[in-house]
Parts: sequence; structure tokens; C-alpha cells
Amino acid sequence: MGNTGGAHCATETMSSTSNSPATASGKSSSNGAPLLELRGITKRFGPVQALTHINIEIPPGQVTALAGDNGAGKSVTIKTIAGLWPPDEGEILWEGKPVHFHGPRDAEAAGITTIYQDLALADNLDIVQNMFLGHEPLRHGLLDEATMELTAKATLKELSVRTIRSIRQPVASLSGGQRQSVAVAKAVMAKAKLVIMDEPTAALGVSQTRTVLSLIKRLASQGVAVLVVSHNLNDVFAVADRIVVLYLGNMVAQAPASEFDPSSVVDYMTTGRSGRSAGNGAAAGKEG
Amino acid sequence: MPEETPSHFSSPSVPSELQEPPLSTELAEDEATPESDVDVMAAAPEVLADSLGDYLRAYVVRIRSGESGALPIVAGLIVIIIFFQIERSRFGSAENLVNLFEQASLYIMLGAAQLFALILSEIDLSVGFVAGVGGMVIAELIGPPVNFPWWLGILGGVVVTAGIGYIQGTLITRLHVPSFVVTLAGLLFFEGVLIELASIDKQAVGGVMSISTSSVVYKLVNSNISVGVSWVILLVVLAIFAAVSLYGAARRRAQGLSASPLSITLFRIAAYAIGGIALVYVCSINRGLLIPLKGVPYVVPFVLLVLLVYSVMLGRTRLGRYMYAIGGNPEAARRAGIKVQGVRRIAFLFSAMTAGLAGLVYASTLGSVSTGVDGGTYTLYAVAAAVIGGASLFGGRGKPLHALLGGLVIAVVYNGLALMGISAAGQFIATAIVLLVAAAVDALVRRRGATTV
Repeated sequence: MGNTGGAHCATETMSSTSNSPATASGKSSSNGAPLLELRGITKRFGPVQALTHINIEIPPGQVTALAGDNGAGKSVTIKTIAGLWPPDEGEILWEGKPVHFHGPRDAEAAGITTIYQDLALADNLDIVQNMFLGHEPLRHGLLDEATMELTAKATLKELSVRTIRSIRQPVASLSGGQRQSVAVAKAVMAKAKLVIMDEPTAALGVSQTRTVLSLIKRLASQGVAVLVVSHNLNDVFAVADRIVVLYLGNMVAQAPASEFDPSSVVDYMTTGRSGRSAGNGAAAGKEG
Repeated sequence: MPEETPSHFSSPSVPSELQEPPLSTELAEDEATPESDVDVMAAAPEVLADSLGDYLRAYVVRIRSGESGALPIVAGLIVIIIFFQIERSRFGSAENLVNLFEQASLYIMLGAAQLFALILSEIDLSVGFVAGVGGMVIAELIGPPVNFPWWLGILGGVVVTAGIGYIQGTLITRLHVPSFVVTLAGLLFFEGVLIELASIDKQAVGGVMSISTSSVVYKLVNSNISVGVSWVILLVVLAIFAAVSLYGAARRRAQGLSASPLSITLFRIAAYAIGGIALVYVCSINRGLLIPLKGVPYVVPFVLLVLLVYSVMLGRTRLGRYMYAIGGNPEAARRAGIKVQGVRRIAFLFSAMTAGLAGLVYASTLGSVSTGVDGGTYTLYAVAAAVIGGASLFGGRGKPLHALLGGLVIAVVYNGLALMGISAAGQFIATAIVLLVAAAVDALVRRRGATTV
């Protein structure tokens, strides 16, 4: 309740992201140090071994897809990163330094924003109100609507969100894709360096899925690291620069997306290994 | 096993097709379908609605998305007023209208009290008897043997009722007992407290604690601002309102923000001016039978001032914003770092405190507070006033203006039916129908809003 500088921070983010076009096309530029690194993360719930020595690297400015079948440990992984559950073993390196998140607030303060499937938007509030919820700028003790509206507008423009008619319309009147856009814009305004998206396209139609996928790419092109959890392989291949596959709590594959093809990912997801090399014609023939 | 599972990924060519240019960075292509639409819309409705037509179109969109605004209820109110005026010409007399304003004051304050609970998607069933307790405390503090000055008495009543609200809010948030149950207990408990207060106090003869007619508390409803001063206050208030609206809209437009078109701003100013002038005009007509009696009762500006303060609080402060957010989606509010339970407690504090102010109006109207306060009915009228006015029972929606309109509707129905000589039974039934219609409209509008998703 005490932060009066929300708007200022938000503007700062935008200017800093907009003048870093170097990472814009960085599909193959995984040469820099990873933004986030999980090293040997193990998580147990009683007798259940949810994660076993997971190693994941998430580079900035790229979209990393976290794939895996139900129960593979995708949710546990993102919740560990988001600070909800501390790992039992292993360490999390954030910008090269080990960190211990004691709660989601810690992770958020560090710059990790998680967008869950329910998006956490208040339907009765408008877009601007939702984007600033919890850290509204004040002027003379009252809400500074002008600053909020201008910043929100600029952020949405930055993300090329153009299907929204009025940023003063209640979120209830938005489509699923537009809601995702608002949630993403909210993360951008919160100066997020890593945005985790849990099944962002799960409930969307074809055209809205395309809108959201392009939004994800746009986000990454601004230098933000994006971790997308999905078990829709079409979406994974459409946006991901890198793919990480989990299988029964183990990390079984991690490589640039170009080194996978759908059938090899499916093999990893279902059996934990793949005998096929990428682009194997036999796989395509078998399915066709 | 591994050979069979891939089958639901239609064919490997699909992903590669999706990976083609359209998605890379050419975003314009992506949103190609409604491109022309988008351009029109981007510059459209409320963001940069420069023309009246645009604004009206946006207004329709808003109504359909569940934000019906105040116009429908104002229209309904006018229809009811015309009906009663046709039925009984005495309805429109200055004497009756001023009487009606005084009656409405109580319902408006009760509605405003309930509003705080409704916004958070909660309910406060105790407002009726908390109002009674508030009125009783004030009456006892300013009467013998305590003999506090009027302001200290009112302050005492406000503090006591605020404390009641805080305790109820704490029970609700700490014990996780639904507000319905906690405040239902409150309804019974404070009726008991009211009777107990009256029986302990030797001054309360037969359970009635009377208020001196020379006291400011009594004069709140029963004394008037002189006609000249009334007009001056009205003009000053209207001038400030007009200046703020026009200046604010101009500044917002200069900054490229969403602002209503000039015609709408002028229309709004005109509407408030007409309302204000009508109010002061009616009150300035002599309504005395033997000695001249004219002017605006003090309670009118008092109620309007309270509503103005609440409007600013709910619309322009973080606390108000958080109340709406919690009413809309408590989980979203929690994740945004809002102290949900703290805000809930404060909402119940405001609810009970406003009930205390309603108790002040009640005590002033009757010149006494008795154990016979019909707190149960007042509680239900409080809910009715807020809901009829446009607050949603489902939370997240409702403004002090809605309490004002709803309170007026109830007072008009009550007053008009009484003039027509219709029994209490008929009055209850008529109020029930009005409430039901208002709630049905709310539910209908809400459902339409939800299906647009």
C-alpha cells in the first residue's frame, strides 16, 4: 500500500526495454548468461518425488517452453520458481546469484511475474485499474488516473495490443485473448524480467491463440525472458526458442527448438527419451 | 506405445506452418482480420469519444457489459413521481416534498451503510439496529445527566458504531464466519443492547429517550437553512462543480486521455443544476400553516456531504479501489498485494459507522430514540435502497449515488402510497415489487455482461 512510485517504475521499464533492440531477433543468441538457472532442484511431497535434480536454464529475451505430460512436474517447477514452494535440494540462480524466495512476493520483487490460467483480473474494474491494481500512483493523496491511463496506454502500444477498443472498458467485456494481453501488459509494467505463463492458450480459439502467441514473441523481443508452460505442441513450436521437456519429475531434454521436431518432443514427453533424430522423415511418414 | 501417442498431433507439418512468417514479428499480419475495425475502434468510444454519437454508442456498450449507470433508475424515479402526482395532487406540494426529502435522508444513509458491505460482495444485516444503538448513544450523551455538547455526542455515536463495525468485521475475517451469520447475530445482539441501554438509563421513560428540541441534533432535520443562504450555497456548489468538471475534462483531453465529450459534460452539469435548483426552489416555498416555514432542512446538505465524501473515498482513493477489486475478484486483489482482510474490516467499519449516522438522522427526525426502532425492516430497506439504486448484490458494483437514488425511490413509494391512503400492507408489497424489479434488472444486465466474454 505504500508504493507511490508505481507509474515511474513502469515508464522506466518501457524506455529501457525499447532501446534494446539488439536482443529483438535473438533466436540463436543463447551465448549470454542465463537469467535464471535451476541447479539440481529436487522437490518432494511426502513420499511423492515431484522433481528430481532438475537443471533448467532460462536465457533473457527468449521464449522457453516447458513441455511435459500431466504429472510431469511442470506446475511444481513454475511454483518453485515463483517462490510458492521452496525446493528441498538444489539451488536457484537469478542473474548469476543464488537466491532463496520465501514467498511469491520475493520472486515478484526480483522481477518474476507468473500469469496463471485464471489471470487474476477483476472483471468489474477497467483495464487501467486492473493493470495498476495494488500499486496505484497517487497525486495529492488521490489516485493519479492521468498517469495510470497514459502509462497503461503506452504499455499496450508497446506490446502492439491493438484490438482493445477502450482502455476504460471493464475487463468483463474483453475476450480471452484480450484478457491475456492485459495480464501480460500488467507483468510488463511490473518491470518483470521473467514472465511465466501457465497454459496461456488453453482456453482460446484459433485466432485469439495467434494473437497471444505473437504477444509472447513481442514480449521476448523486448528482452524479457518468457517461460511458457504448455502441452499444446503446436503452440510450443510456434513460439518457443528453446524447449525443455519434463518426464515424471525429470528433465529429459533441453535444447533450442530447432533441434526438436514434434514427434521427438512427444517421445520425450511420453517415454522420457527419443530414438529419433530431429527432422526424421520416417516419423512423418508413419503418421501421414 | 510411443508410436501411437503422436497421432493426435494431426501432422508434423502443422507446427512448421505455424512457425512461418506471420507469427515472427509481423504483427500487423496477425491481427489482419479485423484490421479496419480495429483502427476505427482504437480511436473510438470512451477513450477519445469526441462526438456525442460516439459517446452514446459507448454508453450502450457499457450498459450491455453490466454497467447500467444511473439513467435508468432516474427515469424510473421520474415515472413513479409522475404517477403519484397524477393520483394525488398533494404529492407535489412543497410541504409533502420536503417531508419526503427528510424521509429519504434516512433510507439514503441506510443504503449508503449497506453499500460498503455490498461492494465487497458481503451483507450487513445489523445496520438497522446498529443505527438504533447509534441514535440511542447520541441521545443519551447529549441528554441529562451526561449533557455533552452536540458534536461530542455525535462523535460518541460515530465512534461506538464504528467500533461495532470493526468488531463485526474482525469476527468475519478472523473466524471466517460468513458476514450473513455474523451480522445476523449482530441484528439480534444489538436489538438486545438497544433495549438494555434504554432500561439502564433512568432518563429513558418507557424505553423512550427524548431529545431536547433546542439541541442541534434535533435541529438537523427540524430546522432549515434560510432561503437566501440556501441559494448562495447552491450557486457556489454548482459553480465549483461546473468549473471542476469542465477544467478536468479539458485537461484530460489535452493530455490525450479518455474524457467525455463536451456536450455530455454540459449535460451532466445541467442535470445537477436542475436538480439542485428544483430542490432549493421547492424548499423555499412557504410550507407553514400558521407561521412561515421555509428553507432547506439541514439534513439535506448533511446527507449530500456524506455521500460526496464517500464518493471521493470510493472513486479516488486506493482504499475505495481495493474495495471494488475485492468485490470483483478477491483472489486477484490478494495476488496484487492488497491486504484483503484488512480492507474487509474497514468496509464493515464504514458500514456500521454510516448506520450510526443514519441513527442520528432517525433520532433527529423523531426527536427521540426508543426501543421500538424497527431495525429489521430498516436493515431490509437498506439493502433495498442500495440494490434499487444500482448496487450489485454480487459485489464489485455500486456507488453512493446509487444509495441516493434508491433511497429516494423507497421514500417516494412509501410517501406516495401513504398519501393514497394505502395500508401498510400495500406499502410493503409495493416496495417489494420495486425491489424485485430492480434486482431482476441487475441480474439480467449482469448475465448479458458475462456472456460477452
